[in-house]
Order: sequence, then C-alpha cells, then structure tokens
Amino acid sequence: MTNELRYDETDIDEFRKEVSAWLQANKPRDPGFLLPQTFLEIGSEEVLDFLREWQFKVWSAGYLGMAWPREYGGGGLPIIYQQIADEEMKRLRVPILFNVIGLGWAGPLIINMGNDYEKKTYLKNILSAEDIWCQGFSEPNHGSDLGSIQTQAKREGDEYIINGNKIWTTLGNFAKYMILLARTEPKTERRYDGLSFFLAPMKVKGISTKPIQKLTGEYGFTETFFEDARIPASSLMGEEGWGWRIAMLTLQYERGAEAGAAGGPAMTPIYMSDLIAMTRKITRENEPLISDPVTRDELVKFMIEEKAILLGEKRANVPQLCSDYPRSLSLSHKLRTSEHFRKMRQYAITLQGAKGGLYVGDDEAIQGGFWQRAYLNNFGITIGGGTSQIQTNIVAEHVLGLPKD
Amino acid sequence: MKNTNLELAFTEEQSMVMDAAKEFCRENSDIKTVRALLSSELGFNMEIWTKMVELGWSGITIPESFGGTDLGISALIPVVENMGHYLLTAPLITSAIAAQAILHCGTTELKDIWLSRLAKGCIGTLAILENEDIGSAVTMTAIDKGGKIELRGRKILVSDAAAADFFLALCKFETDLVLVLVSSDQIKSDCILERKLIDETKRAGDIDFNGVVVDANAMVKVTPRSIKDLKLIGALLHAAEATGCCSATLDNIVSYLTTRTQFGRLIGSYQALKHPTAEILIQMDSAKSLIYHAATLTSSSNFCIDTEIACRMAKAQANDALLFAGDRAVQFHGGMGFTYECDAQLYIRRAQWAQHQYGDSQHHRFHLAELLLKD
Repeated sequence: MTNELRYDETDIDEFRKEVSAWLQANKPRDPGFLLPQTFLEIGSEEVLDFLREWQFKVWSAGYLGMAWPREYGGGGLPIIYQQIADEEMKRLRVPILFNVIGLGWAGPLIINMGNDYEKKTYLKNILSAEDIWCQGFSEPNHGSDLGSIQTQAKREGDEYIINGNKIWTTLGNFAKYMILLARTEPKTERRYDGLSFFLAPMKVKGISTKPIQKLTGEYGFTETFFEDARIPASSLMGEEGWGWRIAMLTLQYERGAEAGAAGGPAMTPIYMSDLIAMTRKITRENEPLISDPVTRDELVKFMIEEKAILLGEKRANVPQLCSDYPRSLSLSHKLRTSEHFRKMRQYAITLQGAKGGLYVGDDEAIQGGFWQRAYLNNFGITIGGGTSQIQTNIVAEHVLGLPKD
Repeated sequence: MKNTNLELAFTEEQSMVMDAAKEFCRENSDIKTVRALLSSELGFNMEIWTKMVELGWSGITIPESFGGTDLGISALIPVVENMGHYLLTAPLITSAIAAQAILHCGTTELKDIWLSRLAKGCIGTLAILENEDIGSAVTMTAIDKGGKIELRGRKILVSDAAAADFFLALCKFETDLVLVLVSSDQIKSDCILERKLIDETKRAGDIDFNGVVVDANAMVKVTPRSIKDLKLIGALLHAAEATGCCSATLDNIVSYLTTRTQFGRLIGSYQALKHPTAEILIQMDSAKSLIYHAATLTSSSNFCIDTEIACRMAKAQANDALLFAGDRAVQFHGGMGFTYECDAQLYIRRAQWAQHQYGDSQHHRFHLAELLLKD
C-alpha cells in the first residue's frame, strides 16, 4: 500500500492534535441505549442507523480509509496517519466503526487482488457505510473446518446458482454483500481445491436470513439460507478453485496478521485501568478490595499481560527483535488478546461480590452489567475467526513447525 | 494509573552487538562445553572471558573516558540474552552490575581506578543479600576505626565470589547506607564459603567480612534509591539471560516433539503437547517485549517510575516463562527427561536459580502493585 510514502514528524504531531480535536467536537452524544462494544453485537435497526451515521461522518471528515487509494474513496496517505487516527479514536472511546468485514477483510482483499471493476464498485461504499458487508465461511456443523464446506455454486450461463446454509453471519440481516466461500467442483482429489470465492450480493431472491439469539440474549448474527439463489457470474473473485487460497488470505486480515485494513476501532477497548477503577468501589471482608494482597497480585498479573500485548504490537514492527520467530507475534495476536480479555472480564465479575450475579437490565448491576455482557460477548472473539484452540494449532504448526494433528 | 508507556526502540548498535553475541556464543558454548564446565571451580572458562573482554563487552556500560564503549545497558541486553540461550557462563552480568554501582555511586577516584579495571576484565561483584529475603533490611555494618573502616557482618550468595577481584558490600555506617569496596586479597580464603547451587553452571558463595579493614576512601555513601535502581538493572539483566535460556528450552522441546514418535505418530502432533509448547512461545514473546521496552527506558534517561515498572514486569514475566518452559521440557521428554543426560535438566535448574536473582515474580508484583494500584 502506501507505507513507503514519506511523512514528516511534525506533521504527524499536528495531525494527532487535529484528529483529537475533531473527535472531541464530533463525538456522538449518548444515544440512550447500550452501545455495542464490538461489531458482533448489532442487534437492532436503531443501533445500526446510529453507527452507520457515525462511520459516514468519520469517513467524510477524512479519518477512515486514509491509506486506501484516493480514486476509491481513500486518502492516499501513509498508514501512520490512520494508525494515529485509530489511536485517538480508541483513546477517546468514540463508538466503533462497525462495517468491519468490509473495512478490515473484504476491502483489503479487493485492494490486494481485486480487478478494476471490483475496486470501483465496492471500496468507496465500504468506507461510507452505504454497503454493509458480511462473511459466509462457516456452515452448520463445519465451524472451524472450512475445508468441509458444502454450499454449492453451480455455473449456469452468466450466473451461479447457490444452494446451502451459512451460519454465524455477523450483520447478515443488514448486509448488501457477502464474501462467500462455496463449492464449485463437488469432486476434487483434495477437498480444498473445489472451493471458489464470491463477492456475492445478498438482496437477491433465494437468500434469506434468520437472526440467531446469542448467549447474552441479544442478536447480532444470522443463519443464512441459499435456495436456488442466482448471483451474477461476475461475483466470482479470481477463478474457480481459488477459494481456499483467497479465504486463507482473508483470515490473515481478519486475525490482524496482514496489514491493509481501512482502519477504525472494531471494538471498544476495555483496559485494566477500567477494571481497577471498578475494584476501588468494592469491599471484601469489610476492607477495600484493592488492598487485598491476592487481588492485587492477580490484577498486576493481568497488567503485565496487557502491557506485553501492547508492546508486542510495537515489537512486531522491529524485525531484528523478531528474528527467531518472525511470524510469532502476528500469528498469535488474536489468540493472546482475545484470551486476555476473556480472563480479565470474567475476573471482573468474580471481584464484584454478590452483585456479580446481576445482569444487564437490573438497576443494581455494577456499571449496568457492563462486565457481564462484555465477558459473555467476548466468546465472539475467542470462537469467531478461528477458535483459540485452532489459533493455538496455527501458532504451534506455522510458527514452531510442529506436526499437524 | 501509570502503565501507558510503550516506548520500544532498537538501535543499530544493539543490532550489531546482537549479531556478534549470537555468533560468539554459538561458537564458544556448545552443550558439550557447557557440560564440561559444570564441575569446574569457577564455572566459566577464563580464556572465553578474556575473548569477551577483547570484544569490548565488559565495558559496554562503562563511559569511554574509563576505557569502555558507553553503549549502555540496552546494548548489554542482547549479549546476556544470547549467553542465556547458549548457557554460556561468564561473570559479565556480575561485573556489569558492579560497574553500574561504581558509575552511579562511586567517587571520582574509585571510578578512575575500578571502572578502567572492569573494562579490562577485572571481576567485581555486588554483595547485598544477608538472608533469603531480597526485601530485607541491611544489618551488616561498617564502623570507623581510627580513620579506617572496619566491617562487621556476612553476605550470602554473592555471585562469582570465588572468581571476583573485588566486592562491593552494602552496609550501614551509623545511619547511612554505604557501599564498601573490598579487594579479594583482603578476604582470607576460608572466609568464602562456596554454596552448592541448583544451577550447576553458576557460582555463588557466602562471604564473612568480619574484621576486614579498608581505607576510608573505599567507602561511599549511597541512597536507598540508587540501590533500588541497581537491583532493577540486575533484575533486567537476569530477565534477559533467563529469556535467552527460555528460547533454548523451547528449541529443545520442539526438536524432541518433531523427532520422537509414539503410537506411530510424532508426539508434537498431540495437542496435549503442542498447545503448552505454543503457550511457552507466547510467554517468552511477552518477556521479550517487556525486556526490550525496559532496555529502551534504561537508555533514554534517568530511572523514572516507568523504568521501574518495566524492569519489574520484565523480570516477573521472564521468571514465569522460563519456569514453565523448564518444567514442561522435563515432562515432555518422558523417561529421558528424568535423567541427568537429558539437557532439559540444565534448563529446569537454571529456571529455579534465575527466578531468585534480583527478585522472584511475587516480589516484583508486590512492588508493581504499590506503583500501579495507587489512587
């Protein structure tokens, strides 16, 4: 992309001030409902409209897609600008930029290997949030094992006819496009070879979605059904049989192991400072919880882990310090962060005493049940995009060179 | 709440030192050499130490005016990390800490004499522990004896005691905290008691300083703050050595898991073994990130609270990573792991020893809690 463009340190400092001032002036007011912490948690039109408007505003101001090419709605700037804008957005805790599958996965993929038509058609509307994107990889009974995909795509004239089911389709009921992995060749020697990758329209006859209720009680993703759905043959990305390779590349974007995302926070970060702030208001054995030695030791352990993760993101940019296992930090990033969040969010509930048993909707719940909801929703990231167990296999096999199961 | 400093830089000097150190340690410390030194008196090979001095490593943290290269602690980190990886033992960390003590606390006269000597390979060691508690107060005393200084007390587990040319003993002088420089020829040989360490590559001894008399100019007043900073440097250097060792432990495990077959499969294909192995890598990566962050802060300015946080986090993480790696290395080797012949014993023993050099994990987390959980 545009990493090699030159920039000036003073420009960077000025830019940080500029974006920070803009965000403070334009940060949306409290909408009166709990905002989603991640893009996996958008369950109503009301929330969607709010986030759509916010993303459009950020993009219009020039703070999204800053490193994407200008002709496709981007800013054509060095990636450092987007990184700074992202840092400021996280720091100021503005709402998430929700169109993540477009911004972070489909978009970079299209920039990387899409043709001119695809770039012109899709990129700008991903940034502006006009087109919402979803992903059709997982199928019922084939969560982690993408090689077993059964959904069929059969070529007929200028169209493909799609039949099958997808599941865990985040934003499925709102999306205009889907990155779809389907089988174009039923009988191949290696099961991966028969797969193809589509940039498929969702609003066609024969595609229907059914919202799935999550363990939090909320909605956010769907099961998606294809019944003789006809999509244009031009939806095929690359050639038939390339599906597996393109899907693996997409997963690299999804897991943050490949750069190229348009930017913007996909989730509201929850830091140890938030947990520590919570503990200050709680007592244990009639003493302030924060003075309990066991709790203190545990909190510090989490803080070390948090700091190591944040520093790892920095070290990943220093090749000399990654020479022993060059891909280690990038391939383990999702695993480390999602597991860290899972454990620390659960610990927050443990520290709440009896009130830890309350949930969103109870007016006595600490911070409105923020931690309970955050913990349960966190399984979206320890499971989605490849479970932590699969991620551990990937680290062991691709970084350490251990044999497959 | 101060945990937001994420500075991490790596200089050209560090990079060059890292490459040179890796090559040197690989060439001079294969496992056979390491094992041959286990039963030696000093635990290291003086010829190798001389070569390291010639490469300038004994003077990395010493200013040029005293014969050093003045590259700072941050450039020493990659050296000790590689020494840890190849289990190359030499009094480098021991002497570097003594050099830091003189550099930051010494008089001009002490610096002139001793820093130049340290740069040339003279071995100095800090004598601070009096019991097993690194957090305990100093009780050894220095008293005025007609213009001279007489010492009363003992120090335990002094690194490289038998090889040292001089000691820096932490004492009380009236109400002041002082460091007293004692040349090894002032200590009778029966006043050094060599301890038997769990890590056979390392050497340490207890020293009876009772009755030793030195000139008044061998004593310098120090602040609790400067002693704390010295201990933090010690913790950071040992963290780097431990993490180097952790990477060798991981290599050792991976090598076994990718060659040993059971039930018709390479044992590395079993998730019961491969997942903890990936976890070792993750823990080691964390330690490494924290160490190079701390190294960056030690070179940027005076020790600030962020530097203290960084050094303590680095040591706590490095301890735990190596303890886990060493433990799993033995277990995963099965019956072989239980033998002296298997190299896993070297790593698990190093892990037990290393965790206690300048503070175990709980010690550092205790102090981190004080720093990080303040209102």
